[in-house]
Amino acid sequence: MKQTIDVAYVAELARLELSEAEKSTFQGQLETIVSYVEKIGELDLAGIEPTMHGQALVNVFREDVVMPSMDRERFLANAPERNGAEFKLPKIVEDA
Amino acid sequence: MDISRLTICDATEGLRKKAFSSVELTRAVLDAIALRDGDLNAYLSVDGEGALRQAEAADIARAEGRDGDLLGVPVAIKDLINVAGQPCTCASRQLDGYVSPYDATVSARLREAGAVFAGRTNMDEFAMGSSTEGSAFKVTRNPHDLTRVPGGSSGGSAAAVAGGEALAALGTDTGGSIRQPASFCGCVGLKPSYGRVSRYGVTAYASSLDQVGPMTKTVEDAAVLLQVLAGSDPRDGTTPKVPVPDFRAALRGGLKGLKIGLPKEYYVEGTDRDVMACVRKAVDGCAAAGAEIVEVSLPYTEYAIAVYYIVATAEASANLARFDGVRYGHRTAAPDSVFRLYAKSRAEGFGTEVKRRIILGTYVLSSGYYDAYYGRAQKVRTLIRNDYAKAFNACDVLLTPVAPTPAYKIGETCNDPLKMYLGDIFTVPANLAGICGLSVPCGKTADGLPVGLQILGPAFGEGTVLRAAYAYEQEVRA
Repeated sequence: MKQTIDVAYVAELARLELSEAEKSTFQGQLETIVSYVEKIGELDLAGIEPTMHGQALVNVFREDVVMPSMDRERFLANAPERNGAEFKLPKIVEDA
Repeated sequence: MDISRLTICDATEGLRKKAFSSVELTRAVLDAIALRDGDLNAYLSVDGEGALRQAEAADIARAEGRDGDLLGVPVAIKDLINVAGQPCTCASRQLDGYVSPYDATVSARLREAGAVFAGRTNMDEFAMGSSTEGSAFKVTRNPHDLTRVPGGSSGGSAAAVAGGEALAALGTDTGGSIRQPASFCGCVGLKPSYGRVSRYGVTAYASSLDQVGPMTKTVEDAAVLLQVLAGSDPRDGTTPKVPVPDFRAALRGGLKGLKIGLPKEYYVEGTDRDVMACVRKAVDGCAAAGAEIVEVSLPYTEYAIAVYYIVATAEASANLARFDGVRYGHRTAAPDSVFRLYAKSRAEGFGTEVKRRIILGTYVLSSGYYDAYYGRAQKVRTLIRNDYAKAFNACDVLLTPVAPTPAYKIGETCNDPLKMYLGDIFTVPANLAGICGLSVPCGKTADGLPVGLQILGPAFGEGTVLRAAYAYEQEVRA
């Protein structure tokens, strides 16, 4: 059964701008791949628990104590644009 | 000094006997890279001066009485593992120019052991691929045939080790990305059990599947390198406090009395004849050396690729959301809105395969599809894990081919992503199940292409896997 994927919508969810050529190539390829992965639909999975993690670990905590993080200069060093001690970005909040 | 056959163990012996210094050894590795990398393209960057400084420090430490299995030994690093002060491009334009502000835990462990960082190796972009053709920067070539791929995504690491440009390297494996290039290039590659090695500071592709592992010339070297990398890490909550055995001691158990399982679903039509012949010869050799061979079944094998390409892409779509042009990486020029800042930065930075997997992963997680795809896939994953648990009740290790084919020609799978994905059939299940496995060279095809033997073991059973691999390498293949 061929699925129709709304590639433009999914790209928007993924915050990824695609060219018209990319949308059209991906449309076909993704539908082929999705048709293939749909074989898992054949199986009766009643009563099967999902495996969400590589190991069955629960609540791995540490003490709630402040530990050194990273020197500010270091993590600002790769900033595309910075303003002193801050990352600089286009305006997000519209003026009222 | 010709480093092409030199192992970590040879190097350490030479350093201890003062046959050469770490500076001489490191210079020999750098010379080999200068000589060969024009053909192989295994490396993305090499900090020769930095490496020699580390080598000098190691020589001084050794003169002052320090010792260790990796002291002064150069190791190449796949370019998605952070090493402070070095690039970490993940073979992507998204991170071209990025300089790591910190060490990954595996890097810190190597540094503490006195190892030298030999250079950063090429890979498929963000570890997504099985041929290293997905790199945004260069195409790595298989040392055994320069018209063929080295495999992927750790193709640079494999080519460097097999091509005489490194003593050893680190790779990562999410669906086979250590084992398959090791098989294609004719070196040893080990994927530890999930949680055995810390993923802190390793750029995440699929967080429930990724593992860092050694790529080496011999099984003993893999044990030596794994010893330094392994162990729970407070910075990675997915590494349980499981004791780390002496992997080197575990090597010498021999094949007598070892129960080897052959999963029948891995021995079917469709695998290259020469590949199958090499694997069967290895199995027969193990039997002759005293191992007991049993047939087992892993019935959910046929669903593994489908599960993998749902789970891995879903996790990747979440993990790659951080590349938004805000704090690091590529930022588009003059975006007219925050949405465009994200959408254009990512469009300009990511290559085609990465975009494809992000779209697929986003789709399978999206409202209305989550239960049908991701939800179901995680349940089938449980069935796959159960298959392995059951099999390991009947045997100690499983022996299988690593890939259905030897290394294919560069360009062959470029337009057919599904065809490339199907080549992962023998490797992805181990990642889904969280178990460990390695590839050890077991022969060559009629065309002279390497073939790897996959040895799989239960979670945290690296000792048994290494024992079987070492015995095979030393007693059977010899």
